[in-house]
Amino acid sequence: MCLAAPALVVSVEGKIAHVDYGGVMTTARLDTLSEKVEPGDYVLIHTGFAIQRLSPEDGEETLALFDELAASIEASREEADGPE
Amino acid sequence: MTEPFRLTDPDRAKTLTEAISLLAPADPVKIVHVCGTHEVAIAHNGLRRLLPETVTILEGPGCPVCVTPASDIDAAIAIARTGAIVCSFGDMIRVPGGRASLEEARSEGCDIRTILSASDAVRHAKDTDREVVFFAVGFETTAPMTAAIVLDDPPENLSVLASHKLIPPAMGALLDLPDHGIGGYLAPGHVSTIIGLKPYREALDRYRIPVVIGGFEPLDILYALALILRQIADGTPKVENAYPRAVDDGGNPAALRLIDEVFEITDAAWRGIGTIPSSGLVLRERFESIDARKRFDIPEAGPDEGIPGCRCPEVLTARAVPSDCPLFGRRCTPLTPVGPCMVGAEGACSIWFRYGERRTP
Repeated sequence: MCLAAPALVVSVEGKIAHVDYGGVMTTARLDTLSEKVEPGDYVLIHTGFAIQRLSPEDGEETLALFDELAASIEASREEADGPE
Repeated sequence: MTEPFRLTDPDRAKTLTEAISLLAPADPVKIVHVCGTHEVAIAHNGLRRLLPETVTILEGPGCPVCVTPASDIDAAIAIARTGAIVCSFGDMIRVPGGRASLEEARSEGCDIRTILSASDAVRHAKDTDREVVFFAVGFETTAPMTAAIVLDDPPENLSVLASHKLIPPAMGALLDLPDHGIGGYLAPGHVSTIIGLKPYREALDRYRIPVVIGGFEPLDILYALALILRQIADGTPKVENAYPRAVDDGGNPAALRLIDEVFEITDAAWRGIGTIPSSGLVLRERFESIDARKRFDIPEAGPDEGIPGCRCPEVLTARAVPSDCPLFGRRCTPLTPVGPCMVGAEGACSIWFRYGERRTP
């Protein structure tokens, strides 16, 4: 029910955005969104309404968070093991 | 999934799985999520098989149509029998009420329509002179859309049967059950996109339990589980955001304003769980004219009697997994569902049946 998927904004007309879901073109309402969006932004869409603006860098930033956690756990493990 | 947000890289999955193994406690820990989309992602990607033996993850009350009380379905059927068109999301049509489902009402001649968006209900109303009722279910993610159509000068023949529910109070209610055994919560990403972090703190801080908001890609879920286990290991329970690309700490202010303008918070009945204080949304008095509960004669709600032999109440409170139920996969299947968790595509029983999920280890 709370399914939401990112789509690329192609154009904006007032409260409606035309969006591209990886090839499938559709529209999304923008009245549930706090930020302004423009073509080239991604938006997260739930039941035909945009609920969050995403930037293309957000995916990369998330991967960086994963790597940071892995590195910190690796570091604490080495600390616990002590010098070889 | 649009390309920059597809997070399925197997190397990183391996690294995160190793992190989870290192962080996992020696004693068993039960982590609960409250989102059908999480359950689908976990089952579809086989994530349970990647977890250490001590870590289990269960779905709680994460399926809105499963927790919609039978009395609300009966109300929708009573409205449909007056000749009004009733619109709702697909799964809602199939869930049995006290006596029948909306699908069965349709087979006796009622006009029941499946919609994908609240806007579709408006479109149906504009196409007819007949009364059109939007049976609005869903959590915080879906409530802003109902509010948006209520505020957007709706046609006079449209009304709303609101049955929206709030997730953080339900997470608290589970922790009030004496035998809950919950060691941490994986909180739902898209509910959190709307509400941010504060409502979890308000509802759950007093329980001192890890709450980590997670996204829906397999790596998102593994990462969130690792953070829950790290909080348990460190003894520092708090609300943490593992899905920052889609969740701002303050949530979505425009959506929150819409909810607040249109709805007020009320005690609400959750199917299989009972009444949870301050966990539902009703239309504010000034929207009385669009409230289907005021426009139509709705029969008094009877008691939620439950279904003999069905263990949905325990599945919805994360005290059982679907395969613990003697009806699961035998008398109760997606084609012949007995309980609501087998009907809703986001119900734990339906997902476990479709993906062949089983209790681990």
